[in-house]
Amino acid sequence: MQALYAQLLVGLINGSFYALLSLGLAVIFGMLNIINFAHGALYMMGAFAAYFLLNVGGISYWWALLLAPIIVGIFGMILERTMLKFLTGLDHLYGLLLTFGIALIVQGVFQNYFGSSGLPYAIPDQLKGGMNLGFMFLPIYRGWVVVFSLVVCLGTWFLIEKTRLGAYLRAATENPTLVRAFGINVPRMITLTYGLGVGLAALAGVLSAPINQVRPLMGADLIIVVFAVVVIGGMGSIMGSIITGFALGVIEGLTKYFYPEASNTVVFVLMVLVLLVKPTGLTGRAA
Amino acid sequence: MTALTDDTLPVTPRAMRDEMVLFVVMAVLLAAVPFSGIYPFFVMQALCFALLACAFNLLIGYGGLLSFGHAMFMGTAGYCSAHALKVWALPPELGVLVGIAAAFVLSIITGYISIRRQGIYFSMITLALSQLLYFIYLQAPFTHGEDGIQGIPQGHMFGVLDLSKPTVLYYVVLVGFLAGFLLIYRIINSPFGEVLKSIRENEPRAISLGYRTDQYKFLAFVLSGTLAGFAGALKVFVAQNASLTDVHWSMSGEVVLMTLVGGLGTIFGPVVGAFVIIAMQQYLAGFGQWVTVIQGSIFVICVLTFRRGVIGEIAHYFRRSL
Repeated sequence: MQALYAQLLVGLINGSFYALLSLGLAVIFGMLNIINFAHGALYMMGAFAAYFLLNVGGISYWWALLLAPIIVGIFGMILERTMLKFLTGLDHLYGLLLTFGIALIVQGVFQNYFGSSGLPYAIPDQLKGGMNLGFMFLPIYRGWVVVFSLVVCLGTWFLIEKTRLGAYLRAATENPTLVRAFGINVPRMITLTYGLGVGLAALAGVLSAPINQVRPLMGADLIIVVFAVVVIGGMGSIMGSIITGFALGVIEGLTKYFYPEASNTVVFVLMVLVLLVKPTGLTGRAA
Repeated sequence: MTALTDDTLPVTPRAMRDEMVLFVVMAVLLAAVPFSGIYPFFVMQALCFALLACAFNLLIGYGGLLSFGHAMFMGTAGYCSAHALKVWALPPELGVLVGIAAAFVLSIITGYISIRRQGIYFSMITLALSQLLYFIYLQAPFTHGEDGIQGIPQGHMFGVLDLSKPTVLYYVVLVGFLAGFLLIYRIINSPFGEVLKSIRENEPRAISLGYRTDQYKFLAFVLSGTLAGFAGALKVFVAQNASLTDVHWSMSGEVVLMTLVGGLGTIFGPVVGAFVIIAMQQYLAGFGQWVTVIQGSIFVICVLTFRRGVIGEIAHYFRRSL
């Protein structure tokens, strides 16, 4: 039973990364009509930003949680301003190709300087150790990742669905021209939205740094799994992305316990099953 | 909305003649390679990738479907051919057929699944399916995991052509490539190809005219996947191994890059693109990971400034379809 709970926890942690990343993809897709292939590379940059903040600047994990998403978010906004915005009006597929190119560049540069092996990032002192819950031993850091991701996801949901800023955002997703006519600066909103989506990816990177080590290719395979998550959940609903992300993480964790050989493939197999039964995705409208 | 291949010109008799002339020029130039002192291994490798890129282009350039998992057909055909040649000791022609059959079956299954969604979702689904296959091949015993299938015997094609001689192998690969290329050319210019283009341009209108567009897209997917498998089976004889790199997503990305550089939806573009990218990898092999960075930069530059690709730009300049 101990092992089952441990795998469930690992599943929840992976699920929180899936949720944070697919949430960012959905927000970006809604506003920019681009599937951000660079999301995995930006997630990796978040982890590296935390690593450098600690080892070069001596800045702690807690500040990195705030600063790394801002740094990577600014990098993302520069990308949007210098490249992505020129794709407006072109076929969606060009966005996929452009961001794939950006991902190759970013990952290639980091691989050149850091090789393919991992750099260690220590768990902050306050979150070291563990708790005995009676039925299992819970490492505090892992519990923290799950709780904090959940809070951030729900916060983003609240921001988009319940605030005035979110209302502008949803309106601009539906009809940017009309929203502009009301005097709202839509291009700036697009840039900030991209920054927000990228920031969420970088935040996931910081959270994963102490667990998964900091590696240049840490996001390369992850982004493909997240794509499958997005296909399963559909990108129509924010809450849908969050729930699908966590649920798939848990299912993956359970698979690791009951049939470890399939743990790499279970998300893809589920994607196939969902496509056969309900091609629009679980929460999706037709694309 | 600007579609991916907005500038494609209608095929006129004059364009058909231009294309046939170019085809003959290409065939003659390629046939002369063994006499020119160019390293034939390099050209053979490029020819296999050129055929793969042409098959990929059939789907994106004429069907408007961007597959981000085309390496799975090449890799699957490669593994199956290699297994047939080495373990079952089949002659080369049957080995190729086994590879093509495997790619055919795989493209029926994956096509049935992925054709259910369009546009961006289609790309993500094909990518995810190829990653699924990658993990299966990583664990399956017959692929030998990280090592791959190595030391594949080349044998005698039809009992007479000794494929271990580089010149003979070169001409066999060349004939295979030209046959595949002509088949794709024929498909594009058939009534089926015309319907496919109309679906790419305006799917709702094609549906309203009574075409079952899903069936056309499915058939295009199966044709493209099977031809990609043919390229993979040929590559087994050139490389004499089948490994995981041929199934990896980065290989699928390279195929996309080749076609993009040469020109999406052009007939000769994928061939030019494949030679450019393979030559680049050859010359820059010493630069390690910088090759990835350069490939990424080419993606970015192409998408931002050079969307028609090499052949597309030339065709646009002369107002011809190439």
